[in-house]
Amino acid sequence: MSLKLTADERRIANGTDGAAMAMRIVAESAALLGAPRLLPIASAHIDGALYHGDSGTLFAERLVEGGARVAVRSTLNVGALDLMGCARVRLEEPQRSMARRMMEAYRKLGCEQSWTCAPYQAGHRPTLGTDVAWGESNAVVFCNSVLGARTNRYGDFLDIACAISGRAPDYGLHRPENRLARLVFDVSALPRAFMASEIAWPVLGSLYGREVGDAIGVVAGVARDPGEDALKAFGAAAASSGAVGLFHIASVTPEAPDAETALGDVEAETVIRVTPDMVAEAQARLSTAESTDRIDAVAIGSPHLSLAEFDALERLISGRRLTVPIHACTGRHVLGELDRDGRRKALEDLGVVIVADTCVVVTPILPDRSGGVLMTNSGKFAHYAPGNTGYAVLYGSLADCVESAVAGRPRFAEIGR
Amino acid sequence: MSQAAILVPGQAGEGPALILSAPISFWGGVDPKSGRIADVRHPECGESIAGKVLFLPGTIGSSSASAVLMELVHAGHAPTALVLHEPDAILLLGLIVAREMGWMTPVAVKLPRDAFSAFEGQQVRVGADGEVTIRGSDLTD
Repeated sequence: MSLKLTADERRIANGTDGAAMAMRIVAESAALLGAPRLLPIASAHIDGALYHGDSGTLFAERLVEGGARVAVRSTLNVGALDLMGCARVRLEEPQRSMARRMMEAYRKLGCEQSWTCAPYQAGHRPTLGTDVAWGESNAVVFCNSVLGARTNRYGDFLDIACAISGRAPDYGLHRPENRLARLVFDVSALPRAFMASEIAWPVLGSLYGREVGDAIGVVAGVARDPGEDALKAFGAAAASSGAVGLFHIASVTPEAPDAETALGDVEAETVIRVTPDMVAEAQARLSTAESTDRIDAVAIGSPHLSLAEFDALERLISGRRLTVPIHACTGRHVLGELDRDGRRKALEDLGVVIVADTCVVVTPILPDRSGGVLMTNSGKFAHYAPGNTGYAVLYGSLADCVESAVAGRPRFAEIGR
Repeated sequence: MSQAAILVPGQAGEGPALILSAPISFWGGVDPKSGRIADVRHPECGESIAGKVLFLPGTIGSSSASAVLMELVHAGHAPTALVLHEPDAILLLGLIVAREMGWMTPVAVKLPRDAFSAFEGQQVRVGADGEVTIRGSDLTD
């Protein structure tokens, strides 16, 4: 099966401008994937504007010089700088200027200045069955699983190339037959107290990703809809520990009214019966710190915190002054709300460092402290912080994170498991 | 000698084989400034993929893998060739875009995963035509 482009697509690809470059990148990727054709997309979420080095800036500027513009609604994932000026980013020159040039280039391409890894909580919510091209692993998995829109895991550069060409390879999760679950991840044996706890979904997500890899599964045995922020945490953790692009949760997510439907009425190839021991092991794996008698920083907000999560943070801090700062990462869609009511200043006065447009594992914000210990409630931060920040990780619930930040040393509440 | 299918055309490359024993997330797992494996949970943590013929049992995690690979290419820290058991569109996009930019890119080829172990500890050459050969160690300098 080889790729067939339409006459129009071929004409664009044969040009010499930015649109031509974008179309060639989409077409080459499609050929690599074995896609028979390109299909039109309704929107894009662009992960490519995060500075990893000069090459990405040069690429974006080449597109701008070539007169390219996005053809569909395109939101931007985090960048390497806090353009809102909330947190100090210790990115030095010349990297700082290159990161800023990159963010500016994506703006010139016509992308929305959303700068968030949770675009689905910032008003970008494609409807069930819509084809889109999204980047950023947690956004991809949320878009597919919770919204039921259809996207593959678009890597940096392919996302913007799809946005400019308005097309994506007809492949993978764009096709309904590839969206069915093949395995069941049964959590019915887990105690109710654990399932109701705040760490249940990030810990289960981390376990799920490692168990399924890139396969599609349906989570069965969930008594009630855990809510959007829990699904966000599950997907983000699963897409960090595995190559998860789509999950189903029976009677919760839109393509899984029940497990049988999610499986396409075919018997599951594998049933993973999750035990309390598996959960305990998955939770323990999220921490890498050897001793648990100190913490140097706390980070929350991967994916970016919603307003509801800030409500919970405020409730838990309840006016107490923090001994160790909590870095709370979010997008400007939430920052505006916090600023309106003076809540941001109140939190900052207590020792919360609000981080907007970016986050602490993608750019240097945390103090440069070798051997430092970072506490987090995010499965995704837990996964990436050691490699990206040099900090060892201590994993706990949001309540544990807040109590530890107040006390200045690790505090853990017991949770029934 | 093995004849591999070409995933992304590029320069022929030679170097010591580095056969990863676990899938890796390039973003967060490989330092884009040096090519060193930085993921402390990865079995080959601390080794560098720069200048190696890299045998990959798969990638996981972030969709920024392509950006890290393109940065390694641009900065001269890329593997000299990549060997995968299946096309990894996210990772290989880094090579596709680097070619569009007019930069020299290493060839990426496909071999069955069970063929990887034959290259363990060897100096390996991957031709632009997809031919994968073991070079005698006396030929290296």
